[in-house]
Amino acid sequence: MDKFEVAVIGAGPSGVSAAITLARAGKKVLLVERGDGAGDKNVFGGTIYAVQTADIFPEFWNSAPVERSITEQKIFMLTDEDSSQFSYKYKLREHKAFTVNRAKWDRWAVCQAVDAGAYYAPKTLVKQIIVENGKILGIETEFEKIYCEIVIIADGINSIFAKQLGLRNDIKDKDVSVSVKETIELPKEKIEDRFNLDEETGCACKILGGPLKNKMALGFMYTNKNTVSLGFSIGIDELKKHHLKPYEIMDELKSHPTISSYIKGGKVIEYSSHLIPEGGYNCIPKVYDNRVMVVGDAAMLVNNIHFEGTNLAMLSGKLAAETAIDALNRQDCSASVLSEYYKKLENSIVIKDLRTHKNTIDVIRKNISTLTSLYPELACQFFDIMSSADYIPKRAKYRKFLSTVIKKGMLPSVPLAILAMEKCFKK
Amino acid sequence: MNINEKLATLKYNKDSESHLSVDNDVCMRCTDKCCTFICPANVYEWNEQKCTLTIRYENCLECGACKIACDKKNIFWRYPNSGFGVKFKNG
Ligand SMILES: Cc1cc2nc3c(=O)[nH]c(=O)nc-3n(C[C@H](O)[C@H](O)[C@H](O)COP(=O)(O)OP(=O)(O)OC[C@H]3O[C@@H](n4cnc5c(N)ncnc54)[C@H](O)[C@@H]3O)c2cc1C
Ligand code: SF4
Ligand code: SF4
Repeated sequence: MDKFEVAVIGAGPSGVSAAITLARAGKKVLLVERGDGAGDKNVFGGTIYAVQTADIFPEFWNSAPVERSITEQKIFMLTDEDSSQFSYKYKLREHKAFTVNRAKWDRWAVCQAVDAGAYYAPKTLVKQIIVENGKILGIETEFEKIYCEIVIIADGINSIFAKQLGLRNDIKDKDVSVSVKETIELPKEKIEDRFNLDEETGCACKILGGPLKNKMALGFMYTNKNTVSLGFSIGIDELKKHHLKPYEIMDELKSHPTISSYIKGGKVIEYSSHLIPEGGYNCIPKVYDNRVMVVGDAAMLVNNIHFEGTNLAMLSGKLAAETAIDALNRQDCSASVLSEYYKKLENSIVIKDLRTHKNTIDVIRKNISTLTSLYPELACQFFDIMSSADYIPKRAKYRKFLSTVIKKGMLPSVPLAILAMEKCFKK
Repeated sequence: MNINEKLATLKYNKDSESHLSVDNDVCMRCTDKCCTFICPANVYEWNEQKCTLTIRYENCLECGACKIACDKKNIFWRYPNSGFGVKFKNG
């Protein structure tokens, strides 16, 4: 095979974004994907974000396979049987986020890269990076050796190559969550009625508590056109500590009265699972070396406080590609030139946001029972008082509510919350 | 819906050789055997009689959780060869 200027391993959002940016600049780039088609091996929640995605694929919503444009963000706080819900519903002025089906979206995105001039090799597993005398020369697939000037590692959370090159250590079980998801088919009209949507709009939900209480775990539910994606992520250390099986938690979540009312009568058409990096800023590996850069999940670039991964993947892919273009033009692909990639990440929202949330996960971990058990309980108690007219005097009810607040040490929790926030945002 | 029913929703192309393997001697000494419960596809099962770890690799969802969970670093984990393994239609 001919020599390429750049080889990109993995056709997820980060790899495609890198390949398309290089192809648009006229560089000879090869995109390699192990799935029969892009997306065959990929799973997410989820939503892609309009502003940052449009940076790579301008006005993609006119031609891409998107499901629904999000107009409502909802948080479900579950107790064992009840729930309180908080929601922000907005008029669709401009698109913020879309639900997509990864199998369809990833395929479409690769087509755009091929149209831009990228070479694409699907159904090809990269086995290793070719290194001779300490110099990276290319990649070796199941079928052949491919030589290039720069390798971009975009192989996702289980990145074998970032490890092969010594850029990343083994991931610790507390720094990663395993997520499971079910895609549940329902008539379109039922989805629209139950979630209060019209034909184009969609709802993104996060779920706290219920079967997920007292654990580093978070549920999600997204509306697609004819399906609802329901699932959760949970720390691998939590599964080990509590001896839990992910598929059993899934069934408990589905049978919670509030959740089951949304999916009733639906048919599960797919069960799936994938890992999510949770380590944030503290787990970012070295993202460049001589003739190589690491992007997206392989570089652990996920902001899980804001459920952002695809956007950071695409942005990091683009910044790595821009750095590669510059290096190729200068005919110098050494680490000192490629270090520009990390500087670009630092000046972008990728590192800025991850740094902002450097300590947030630890603070959440410390307060996990308050967040996932006490808050849902109190919220439900509050609405219970407001909704029940009986013969118990209101004063007695307020007293009971306040006593829970005091007993659980909640009153000092307001200044504590402020302190915790400050701690989170301390550099 | 039990795990077998969940897995029945998926499309797989089964490879003739396993992409997952372990050193069974290490498993024999392992007390918690976390791979047998943390795996979302219930791939690993401890066979008490034979004292071996059964690996139903054909059900693997290729998530990578087991490799990280096993404290003894005893799971030799790789992706299936191209053309094999799970194929998600929705993801
Ligand atoms: C349950 C869940 C919910 C999520 N929800 C959201 C959300 O709502 N919004 C959001 O923005 N993000 C979300 N994310 C995160 C988001 O999915 C990831 O951050 C994003 O997909 C990362 O893109 P990537 O290109 O770096 O990696 P990936 O998407 O993982 O792509 C890696 C690609 O590399 C290929 N590959 C791997 N190894 C090889 C090899 N050896 N040879 C060839 N090809 C290889 C894979 O097949 C894959 O196609 C979610 C993640 C999960 C798991
Ligand atoms: S956790 Fe690791 S060592 Fe223990 S039984 Fe499973 S594979 Fe074997
Ligand atoms: S990769 Fe995931 S699905 Fe496959 S055996 Fe390991 S934990 Fe189970």
